[in-house]
Amino acid sequence: MQPIIKVEKVSYYYDSFPSLDHISFSVEKGDFLGIIGPNGAGKTTLFQCMLGIVKNFSGEISLFGTDIRQNRKVLQRIGYVPQKKSVEQTFPATVSEIVSLGVIGRDIKRESIESAIEFVELGAYRNKRIGELSEGQQQRVIIAKALVKQPELLILDEPTTGIDSAAQDKFYDLLTRLNKDRGITIVWSSHDMNAVEKLASKVACIDRKLFFHGESEDFFGNEERMRSYVEFAMQSHMNLHFGKSKNLHDNTEKKNDAHVV
Amino acid sequence: MLFDLFQYGFMQRSLLSAIAIAVICSIVGLFLVLKRHSLFGDALAHVAFGGISLGLFTGIYPLWTAYIVAILSAVGVNKLRESTKIPADSSIAVLLTSGLAIGVILISISGGFTLNLFSFLFGNILLVSVEDVIIILITDAIVIPVIYVFYKKLVLIIFDENQAKVSGLNVSWINTLFIILASITIIASIRLVGVLLISSLIVVPNITALMFGKGFKKTMFISCAISVFSVVFGIIVSYYSNLAPSGTIVLTMVSIFLVTIIAKNMKIRLNKITVTK
Repeated sequence: MQPIIKVEKVSYYYDSFPSLDHISFSVEKGDFLGIIGPNGAGKTTLFQCMLGIVKNFSGEISLFGTDIRQNRKVLQRIGYVPQKKSVEQTFPATVSEIVSLGVIGRDIKRESIESAIEFVELGAYRNKRIGELSEGQQQRVIIAKALVKQPELLILDEPTTGIDSAAQDKFYDLLTRLNKDRGITIVWSSHDMNAVEKLASKVACIDRKLFFHGESEDFFGNEERMRSYVEFAMQSHMNLHFGKSKNLHDNTEKKNDAHVV
Repeated sequence: MLFDLFQYGFMQRSLLSAIAIAVICSIVGLFLVLKRHSLFGDALAHVAFGGISLGLFTGIYPLWTAYIVAILSAVGVNKLRESTKIPADSSIAVLLTSGLAIGVILISISGGFTLNLFSFLFGNILLVSVEDVIIILITDAIVIPVIYVFYKKLVLIIFDENQAKVSGLNVSWINTLFIILASITIIASIRLVGVLLISSLIVVPNITALMFGKGFKKTMFISCAISVFSVVFGIIVSYYSNLAPSGTIVLTMVSIFLVTIIAKNMKIRLNKITVTK
């Protein structure tokens, strides 16, 4: 069966520093993929390439069998939840108005908006301004906005950073329901290794290069592999700071090949 | 007695123009305020000043030259900001000062314009001609339908540009379209309050409306209502008290803004007292 996402040898340089270096992996229908990596590992850049926001990368990315740089219509099948950003309290859009922005260019039924709002359990807040909600609730509004167009794939970029743990648990429960009950394929980046271990069926570890991609238990159940990933990430950052990124990539090339599934 | 003034042709023209301008300035202004481009109106008006000076210098109808110069400058500065990542407020400052500089040079070359230029600087809605009214109504007929069609796209871009891109929107193209709409709105509005007070029409009704705590569409409606009331009330006061209409219009808007702040603070205090009890 054709993978939903296929990333092939993707590299992207930012001011001569490699943000992504020969990343390759694929995502199958129904996967719940957790992408982990430290700050600056290139997770957001990878998503921006996957979504066609950044276009000048080398390599190829196809979504639903279509090159993202050739056909942007495929984005209609994808819901995107970006890194949490603070919404000003005075921003004059209600929860309903924000959710309705999930569908652009065609009519949207009132029931679809209501159903998405109810699914994220914010029915009581539908007429409140989004800026008046807590940060956890605001992220659920963005999920509802992504759901209203009934996506087949949901991409979430560190959606719970800075959100309190109770709100995080509620958010994770929501993701699990979307994956299991609605069959939505989820690709989700996070710093929270515990949450990824608990929720994700597959894991990809990146730090500009791909260190591992495979079943969650193959990573979290293998202590040596986890320890080696931490060392890889630490060395990668130290080398980058001391301007030795090229050596790092040469040294880690074989390592990557060995672990990529 | 009070309504006698509505019998005069010049007053009918001025009220019709003022209401039309008030509505589009509020609508366009809400997007500008939320984009943190509040001073964009001021900058464009100063560029328009350069365009007006050019028109007066060359003998072409000044509003036409103002339209051309302002649209070209606004689109150019927007492209410059996108390609060089210059902060929005800095690019607005470049726009503002260069427009003013061009105007000053043209005035000095021609030995100074007098009455016409003064009316463009401070506005005088009571002097609008039939030609002005037609231009203003055409501007409304362009701006309102285009904003209506692009409403959701514009709101999404203001809320989060990256999400808008992922929704498949051509954000750069829509931003350019909006800049053109803002430019023609501001040039059409110069007749009402002039170059120097144009920002008030863009900013004051909208920051007042934002304090009401309503959704996007309701905020837009409240802003339009405040703006329309202010221009009508300001013109009536100016007529009976023989004051400059631009001044009375702006002071009416600012008064509503201050009253809203006071009322909101009182409401918060009353709520606190109620909770304490």
